[in-house]
Amino acid sequence: MMRRTPIATGSDWTFEVLEAYEQELARLADEYRLDTYPNQIEIITTEQMMDAYASVGMPVGYHHWSYGKQFLAVEQAYRRGQMGLAYELVINSDPCIAYLMEENTLMMQVLVMAHACYGHNSFFKGNYLFRTWTDASSIVDYLVFARKYVAECEERHGVNAVEQLLDACHALQNYGVDRYKRPSPISAEEEARRQKEREEYLQAQVNTLWRTIPGRQDGDTLPGSLGDDEDPLGLHRGERYPPEPQENLLYFIEKNAPLLAPWQREIVRIVRKLAQYFYPQRQTQVMNEGWASFWHYTLMNRLYDEGLVDEGVMLEFLQSHTAVVSQPPFDSPYYGGINPYALGFAIFSDIQRMCQQPTAEDREWFPDTAGSDWLETVHFAMKNFKDESFIQQFLSPKVIRDLKLFTVVDDDQDEMLEVTAIHDERGYRRVREALAAQHALAVREPNIQVYAADIRGDRSLTLRHVQDNRRPLARTVYPVMRHLHQLWGFPVKLESLLEDGSVARRYHWPLPDDEEEEKVRH
Amino acid sequence: MTYFIDRRANAKHKSAVNRQRFLDRYRTHIKRSVEEAVNRRSITDMERGEKVSIPTRDISEPVFQHGPGGKRAIVSPGNKEFVEGDRLQRPGGGKGGGAGEGGASNQGEGMDEFAFTLSREEFLDFVFDGLELPHLERKNLVDLDEVRPVRAGVSRDGVPARINIVRSMREAHARRIAMRAPIRRALREAREALEEEESKDPVLRNPARINELKAEIERLEQRLEAVPFIDTYDLRYNHLINQPQPSSKAVMFCVMDVSGSMTQAHKDIAKRFFLLLYLFLERSYEKVELVFVRHHTAAKEVDEEEFFYSRETGGTIVSSALSLVDEIVTQRYPPSQWNLYVAQASDGDNWDDDSVTCRKLLLEQLMPRLQYFTYVEITPHAHQALWEEYETVAGEFPERFAMRQIVEAGDIYPVFRELFKRRAAQ
Repeated sequence: MMRRTPIATGSDWTFEVLEAYEQELARLADEYRLDTYPNQIEIITTEQMMDAYASVGMPVGYHHWSYGKQFLAVEQAYRRGQMGLAYELVINSDPCIAYLMEENTLMMQVLVMAHACYGHNSFFKGNYLFRTWTDASSIVDYLVFARKYVAECEERHGVNAVEQLLDACHALQNYGVDRYKRPSPISAEEEARRQKEREEYLQAQVNTLWRTIPGRQDGDTLPGSLGDDEDPLGLHRGERYPPEPQENLLYFIEKNAPLLAPWQREIVRIVRKLAQYFYPQRQTQVMNEGWASFWHYTLMNRLYDEGLVDEGVMLEFLQSHTAVVSQPPFDSPYYGGINPYALGFAIFSDIQRMCQQPTAEDREWFPDTAGSDWLETVHFAMKNFKDESFIQQFLSPKVIRDLKLFTVVDDDQDEMLEVTAIHDERGYRRVREALAAQHALAVREPNIQVYAADIRGDRSLTLRHVQDNRRPLARTVYPVMRHLHQLWGFPVKLESLLEDGSVARRYHWPLPDDEEEEKVRH
Repeated sequence: MTYFIDRRANAKHKSAVNRQRFLDRYRTHIKRSVEEAVNRRSITDMERGEKVSIPTRDISEPVFQHGPGGKRAIVSPGNKEFVEGDRLQRPGGGKGGGAGEGGASNQGEGMDEFAFTLSREEFLDFVFDGLELPHLERKNLVDLDEVRPVRAGVSRDGVPARINIVRSMREAHARRIAMRAPIRRALREAREALEEEESKDPVLRNPARINELKAEIERLEQRLEAVPFIDTYDLRYNHLINQPQPSSKAVMFCVMDVSGSMTQAHKDIAKRFFLLLYLFLERSYEKVELVFVRHHTAAKEVDEEEFFYSRETGGTIVSSALSLVDEIVTQRYPPSQWNLYVAQASDGDNWDDDSVTCRKLLLEQLMPRLQYFTYVEITPHAHQALWEEYETVAGEFPERFAMRQIVEAGDIYPVFRELFKRRAAQ
């Protein structure tokens, strides 16, 4: 039996001890080929943690009342003891900034370093979505630029004007993202240098668009355009603008809204850029948390095996770890949906198991994975997937059985709910598919795109919503349309389409008089 | 590569601006809550923050979402008895139980109200929002006794404790440059001459001249050395002058009738009023002192406990209290140093003859020295002689004398606001 010489014992920590543990973790992480950005570990107080929380973890951010609301909510929940603060917060930046709370115990600090500084950090650096969509080296600079720009606008145009604009932009934030086209990296210096230039250029562009008298072209008539009898010269005919539907609403507004001032376009752009930065995080929650949990578990066990932590720390760790990756069943009062930590940790651990001790079932379901080099395989999984595809690819029957997953179909045309698949031979594939879909952003958020801007007519903007399985839009559509109308400056319409292409419902803003009532009734 | 940074000492209120923005945005909601709280709270209770609730729908940040309806598949964990094909009742009316993301609250419990806590400061800000101390005139600088030392440049003399080091060193530096320059120049010339002399052919050299030059150089070097690094001549001192300044001290006289007709309920109402005034004064002055004067037929200065809670019976002579206040002002609070405020509460009873005395006392003695006099009459009944006499005083000093009637506890705050509301137009 090896003699244990722990670096420290008990629950108090000092900077020297943390540094010593950090070096050990770095050594082990290196063994596992975890490639990370440099770490910047910041020790902060509880209140600072609440501040960080309120600004969605951004180290600097522009001012907006909604962050104040967030702060008050966090503070209230924390004071009443409804909620513990997260032990850590980590920012996808280069260097990777991780916050450690001063009141954490020694065990917790080591756990957090393993989880955030090596787990999340390597995920940020390795995962394809982050590699493609975000630029970790420039985000902090960009945030500084954004904050300064917004503050300047507040000085020049008044806090209220800026606030209303930001309200409107925030409402459309989730639709300010290029889903398929890689954005150019953002850099603060570049941004500041180009901003002035862009301002003038953009305005010129917009003016041209709205001034152009289009030549006669064959093509679709615009929705709501005049019939041939009333328009014998065909002035209202022409290609629909934009020719292709646009998924990035904020981008479309930034470039095309007729009346926005240049500074307003720039703010739309800032909100859009930040939405783009957070876009990968929204799609990799299960993977990211699973990966970090998998590594903190592995690294903590290695520290114990090498005698660097004692039994007391290890017991405390196991208790904490178990709480983090527990999944209460659906009928438990503690159930709050699928716990991404639990699911992600289960899948990554299961991949390791399949590689090390494959069963016949694994060989049948995962011929490539079973028996392969586990480290190679988990790295491959971390790098090349997002939640949706990760679940589709790696959720094994064993994990489905362990979590006892089942699918219920809720159809408003059916009086009853129906259990369509459970954790059995017939159900594995269907459960997996449904769970993957549940984590797909495309399914979670309504699919809404810009369909047409009536540049030759009343300048109205038409959006199209394609319903997913007949699911309608929630009532929030009205306030969002109002915000959209503020940005566009002319009437906005939204057509909600069934999957067969027929229009199920139309929304207008400003509300036609008869619909005003209808909205009140809802 | 890892850095540890200790940020604990950094400012912690990074969210202060955002928090303020939020409060400003929902000002009307919050004000309503605060007003209710002021009326509801017990007297000792003004010194803490307040929980405020705002309906969630008023502060939501809308985004496009899926509404209820349509068809959706939900995967949940923890299956116990279900098998494929089971059909279940919809749970309690709502469509789509479980893990759908349609629900607005992710904590499981419904939240119709957004609740948060105002800090004490914020609470008081809202309580006194839009209020102003009437006649907060800057007292005439001439009759002010209070002075404050302020910095007024630098001077050549002063006490060592006030030496301005930067300025002194700068002076010394300049002096050293000035004093050394001619010596250096002479020194350079002497050295050049010496070099020239020495570079001459040995035959032509003048040893006497060389010795002379060497002596000269040595002398100059000594002189250069002797220029002092710092001299008393260089010293500069921060100069302070005494500037008269408006008084930042206030004293508040609480005057209350404790005759038999004043019940404990009356006193509680009065106490709340005094308390509001005290909090308000405290925000405007650095130091606020309280003097409690109670009276029935005779007046007496008492401590707070006795003022509010001990019982007395007997008749009422208001002027006794007013003359006591006058006496105390004369003895302890010279108006040149103190801002004087009087708040009087009574149920309006007084000996008829005395009311006239009160008016005279106020008009002649007290009012010219006071910043403000407030009188609240706590009675549901018709006014008596005192009120009428006071109305005359109010006519004479409309800016500085205010009186209102309070019937029940709920009136206090509105009356208080009315008494102190900002008079923008005047």
